[in-house]
Amino acid sequence: MFRDAMMETTFRALAEPNRFQIVELLRGGPQPVGEMVDQLGLRQPQVSKHLRVLSEAGLVDVRIDAQRRIYALRPAPLQELEVWLERYRRIWEGNFQRLDAVLEELKAGEANAKKKRRSRSNR
Amino acid sequence: MNSGGPTNTGGLFVTTPSDREIVMTRVFRAPRRLVFDAWTKPELIKRWLLGPPGWAMPVCEIDLRVGGAYRFEWLGQDGTVMGMGGIYREIVIPERIVNTQLFDEDWTGGETLGTLLFVEQDGKTTLTNKVLYSSREARDGALRTNMADGVEAGYARLDEILKSMA
Repeated sequence: MFRDAMMETTFRALAEPNRFQIVELLRGGPQPVGEMVDQLGLRQPQVSKHLRVLSEAGLVDVRIDAQRRIYALRPAPLQELEVWLERYRRIWEGNFQRLDAVLEELKAGEANAKKKRRSRSNR
Repeated sequence: MNSGGPTNTGGLFVTTPSDREIVMTRVFRAPRRLVFDAWTKPELIKRWLLGPPGWAMPVCEIDLRVGGAYRFEWLGQDGTVMGMGGIYREIVIPERIVNTQLFDEDWTGGETLGTLLFVEQDGKTTLTNKVLYSSREARDGALRTNMADGVEAGYARLDEILKSMA
């Protein structure tokens, strides 16, 4: 509910399991494509394709170093996701705290009704 | 595509047990018949199911029977109206409700199926709110469905990512 459409690109990029693996790998620090290919057990064209999607989503940066393409994680979109998720949680926790108050009122109402019945029957 | 452990924020747990589901769990200090009432009586729902600050819920219509419809509408301070609705598929008072859910703007890639479970123990109620997204076939068929896929998969992974960014 109330989700922010801006997060769509980031979500979509991370939804693909291999791309998520790449993000996981890059959390350890920048890596050349060749090393990622070895670690992921994927073919180079596949890895390059996923890196292109991640790059378009702004999740990774690339630099050329002695003819090697070295990829690094860009934290900004992930921080936006964090903000979005935190807002989602806060919204629901806000709902549930209001629900807590409603339930306290219902419980108190029942307790009062019981008391009244008891005092009536004691009379 | 499962998440690691559940994430607890202020007593609210969010998990992704499969790649088509988001599950929320929360404990309430009340017997389940009261929690069930608070989730099914419009005059009570309107008091808490409001979303972010500033939103109101002017429309809350419920026909609580199998095959019956419900309709919710929220109104933002800037006049934005957000609506959703669906049909009740299963009702076991005060234990379980299954309903279909569709937002007017359909950002979930077609209808989703919601299951509410109310489990009581020692006077407290554990509420489980499960949302099951449309079938894989439906997802593959519609471009917009990628969005829902992304949202749930995003959930599955966010916790791991966020841990590393702390």
